[in-house]
Amino acid sequence: MRSTATRLVPILLGLSAVMFAAAPYVIDTAPYEATMGLVQRIFYFHFPAAMLMLVASVVCGVASALYLWRRRPGADHVAVAAAELAVVLGAIVLVTGPLWARKSWNVWWVWEARITSTFVMWMVFNAYVLLRRFGGVGSEVLSAAVGVFGMALVPFIYWSVNMWRTLHPLTTVVPKLPVDMGRVLLWCVIAFLFWCLALLILRVRLESARRELDEAYLMVED
Amino acid sequence: MLDRLLVIMRRIAPAVLILLAVTTIVAAQSPAQDGFVPVTGNEADVEKLPAAPLVFAAYAFVWVAMIGYVFSLWRRLVRVERELTDVTARLEARRR
Repeated sequence: MRSTATRLVPILLGLSAVMFAAAPYVIDTAPYEATMGLVQRIFYFHFPAAMLMLVASVVCGVASALYLWRRRPGADHVAVAAAELAVVLGAIVLVTGPLWARKSWNVWWVWEARITSTFVMWMVFNAYVLLRRFGGVGSEVLSAAVGVFGMALVPFIYWSVNMWRTLHPLTTVVPKLPVDMGRVLLWCVIAFLFWCLALLILRVRLESARRELDEAYLMVED
Repeated sequence: MLDRLLVIMRRIAPAVLILLAVTTIVAAQSPAQDGFVPVTGNEADVEKLPAAPLVFAAYAFVWVAMIGYVFSLWRRLVRVERELTDVTARLEARRR
């Protein structure tokens, strides 16, 4: 018996696929940025991935804290799903960022506050996923602590560009976006959001199926 | 007195000239680079790097990562659900 959330997956994935297929044409309608030109268009994929990476980190942290408090398996499943999403979205951010920086800053990478802290958080969620994969029995509790620690980095990453003068654009860039650029960004944010929701539901379903399988094996052994 | 001063000047003149020449050559040389300094302003366009391949690479990576993750997740889910169906069937067969 499939849940309502699982039935939503094909719809969300379909909508996301259509929106991503149309994204280059939608992005083409946005005006060129005055100083960066064409390369600034990486922003329309880079920013939604970064934003949702932070959201996924918060979801993982909150679900991990709930699991540590109440020990409900459902919270653990959501935490695992969000951590894996944070790793995938983090990889997108950490690859598209240097491609953009190569043209606009003339460097692939700078060890400045925003980029370094994002890299550290990505490593923390990689540690979470590896711990779950190879940690064995009891790794749920250890990884939940790692998830809470990963979430604690989110405010630091967000405000790092305002606290230190860095090469990275400030947090004021998005609220001040012109309408023509803002609606294109909204299109891409929604496309990423649908994809993330679909994958979160699927990953939670995978984790609960794994738990059912473990329980079924235990019953077979008994 | 003046003759003595001229003699001294004549004697040290070659040394002063050599010193000046060496100093000029050393000063004209750019210092050895002891570290790399990242750009801080809009000096980025010095190399005139084309933007299109970078934008194309970024979009391609995003699509490959997203499709790849969907495919990986789908495969894992199908495998686990198939295994779950088998084990559940074995359990039910044993109960009968």
